[in-house]
Amino acid sequence: MADNIPFKGTQEQEQKLLEVIAQNKDLPGALLPVLHEAQEIYGYLPIEVQQMVADGLGVSLSEVYGVATFYSRFSLTPKGKHKISVCLGTACYVKGSDKILAEVEKKLGIKSGECTSDGLFSIDSCRCVGACGLAPVMMIDEEVYGKLTPENVGAILDKYIAEEGGNK
Amino acid sequence: MTLEELNKIKNEYKDLVKVRKVVAEEGEKLAKKTGYRKQVLVCGGTGCTSSGSKKVIAALEEALAENDIKDVLVVRTGCFGLCSLGPIMIVYPEGVFYSQATPEGVKRIVKEHLKEGGSVVKELLYQETVHEDGSIISLSETNFYKKQRRIALRNCGGIDPENINEYIATNGYQALAKVLLTPMSPDDVIKEVLDSGLRGRGGGGFPTGRKWMFAKATPGDIKYVCCNADEGDPGAFMDRSILEGDPQCIIEAMTIAGYAIGACRGFVYVRAEYPIAVERLKIALDQAREYGFLGENILGSGFSFDIEIRLGAGAFVCGEETALMTSIEGNRGEPRPRPPFPAVKGLFGKPTVLNNVETYANIAQIIGKGSQWYASMGTETSKGTKVFALGGKITNVGLVEIPMGTTLREIIEEIGGGIPNGKKFKAAQTGGPSGGCIPAEYIDTPIDYESLTAIGSMMGSGGMIVLDEDTCMVDIAKFYLEFTVDESCGKCTPCRVGTRRLLQYLEKITQGKGEDGDIEKIEELAQHMQKSSLCALGQTAPNPILSTLKFFRQEYIDHIYNGKCEAHVCKALMKYEVIADKCKGCTLCARNCPVKAIEGTVRQPHVIDQSKCIKCGVCMSNCKFGAIHTV
Repeated sequence: MADNIPFKGTQEQEQKLLEVIAQNKDLPGALLPVLHEAQEIYGYLPIEVQQMVADGLGVSLSEVYGVATFYSRFSLTPKGKHKISVCLGTACYVKGSDKILAEVEKKLGIKSGECTSDGLFSIDSCRCVGACGLAPVMMIDEEVYGKLTPENVGAILDKYIAEEGGNK
Repeated sequence: MTLEELNKIKNEYKDLVKVRKVVAEEGEKLAKKTGYRKQVLVCGGTGCTSSGSKKVIAALEEALAENDIKDVLVVRTGCFGLCSLGPIMIVYPEGVFYSQATPEGVKRIVKEHLKEGGSVVKELLYQETVHEDGSIISLSETNFYKKQRRIALRNCGGIDPENINEYIATNGYQALAKVLLTPMSPDDVIKEVLDSGLRGRGGGGFPTGRKWMFAKATPGDIKYVCCNADEGDPGAFMDRSILEGDPQCIIEAMTIAGYAIGACRGFVYVRAEYPIAVERLKIALDQAREYGFLGENILGSGFSFDIEIRLGAGAFVCGEETALMTSIEGNRGEPRPRPPFPAVKGLFGKPTVLNNVETYANIAQIIGKGSQWYASMGTETSKGTKVFALGGKITNVGLVEIPMGTTLREIIEEIGGGIPNGKKFKAAQTGGPSGGCIPAEYIDTPIDYESLTAIGSMMGSGGMIVLDEDTCMVDIAKFYLEFTVDESCGKCTPCRVGTRRLLQYLEKITQGKGEDGDIEKIEELAQHMQKSSLCALGQTAPNPILSTLKFFRQEYIDHIYNGKCEAHVCKALMKYEVIADKCKGCTLCARNCPVKAIEGTVRQPHVIDQSKCIKCGVCMSNCKFGAIHTV
């Protein structure tokens, strides 16, 4: 689905990105810091944004693309309004986080790495958010939910679904 | 900043911080001197923030204001270590320890304890600190802390990491002053580090002093000092906790390293997944610059040095030193062949020293107290202490620092509080995806570099995951291989293809499709990968399999030849069955089964139709009589 989503960058976003590029242009190894900022501005790194970064820093698009696809934190596809991230780090895994992920996938009807068709939720797995004392954990946006069980995951998601006025 | 000014700040804040070290009467006297009757330290590390410490701090401040209490100081600190009991709160000068604090509980504590003439709210304390006779012991006397020796973590949980004055009050920047103003020569500094016996805490265990010596010996106008804070081992959070709890100690150590090798710039490469650590480090850098511990002409010595933060972007391989530098240079974080080693040709092609966070956290202490003091701790070849992030099936999940040579048994049974739910200890996994496991029969192994290597595991960066009898070792090996497949950068073939092939074997075996000869093929492939991969990621990727094969070979044999998964984890090799004697025929399982695989009439034992069962386990978790088990 990612390929079908048209790029909807605003003038304001572009302005911001150009400022970031100007600030970092002479920094040795500027590409990574600039991509971090670009993703912060646009939420993801579509080819249009990569092209702007390439032009701004005077490097080839293939180099930008190579770096953007190398690191898991950079995403070439848009994420949901609410980003769900289920920890599959070791401490969470031995406490059954694979079952948590399965439950979240079942509940939202999408797989890890995908976004719901209404653009509200996306699911990813991550390796360790560092809250191992609460394992298994997941993050929804900036909020960490710990000591999860397949039984209590549904209620947490329901809260967000209700907030969005939806019925999944 | 001059030495006099530094000492002035130290004296000014000394008592404030000392209140947290001495309890009982002396603490009370000191507290009076500071103007704060009580101090409340609340953990603001990632673990406790996740369990709601921000709300606790807000409630605390609100309740203090409501009750018009002005002589109680609230300090947000870094990690205390006991992450599973968060949010954690300690009140001084009593030194009492409240665990799992809630906004409601805090309001009560303010009214009953923090008010003038109040007394401790015993029900809300960490119960291990309350004896049956009602007496309360201090935190340092609990099993969790008693055997620990906190050097790298000395300030974590003890100071406000966003206040440089509190760091200075605990002798902060005295080591830098000693180096620059005594002055010690760069060779003196390196000798001190060398004599301390400090070895790289990132996992490799290379003597830190020798790294510095090589970098100093390489001629060059421009040199760099790097700090590896790209803590990628899932389940390890030592470096994060140090950055969150005591960021100034890293800045001080990197500056000392810069002086020793003749560098004037440093980089901290830190995971973007650690927002609190990054934020605190930024604040710490600003404060250090403002005080003149970074920048031009530090302490009037003529030496100049500054540090920049670079964010990682979620690539495990960037924890490998050459890949990390490639990443700072703005490229795909792929490793490069060594030699040349970073000390000769590192970041931007210049001589570079690269150490990890925990290694740096020891430096100021070594310079301040001397190499002999540091070398007096630990074993013959592994000096000092090591921080471990204790996780998995263990009661006290959290951060512990122990002298090298402490046995695994002491860590698991005493500090860790044993395995929960009466389960049996099976193994401890150290070194993450590059490491191996220590089985129960080696529980008395002393933790040091050589002992762990001798039994086929490794020290690693400090993740220690405890596994109990419910863990399938083949499944755990598969988990790590999935990780390395994801994280293999793809540059060299042995790692890119080898990890994938190994994973395929493990998938086959855990799905019950293992064949005669698989184990031997795995072992052969593993050897090739160890010998021919470009970097440590590929060279060590087979370790989780090799070490489980070494100690738990029978489990592999059971999976392949006997169609059995002892721990009942691998779905293809287990089934759910009703225990007829226990089944009351309540029909709950049958009604909840998503594929209608359970048959039976009311009040009669039910039966699971194995041909329909998808092994989701819903029946077992719903059964109120424990009448469904796995075989």
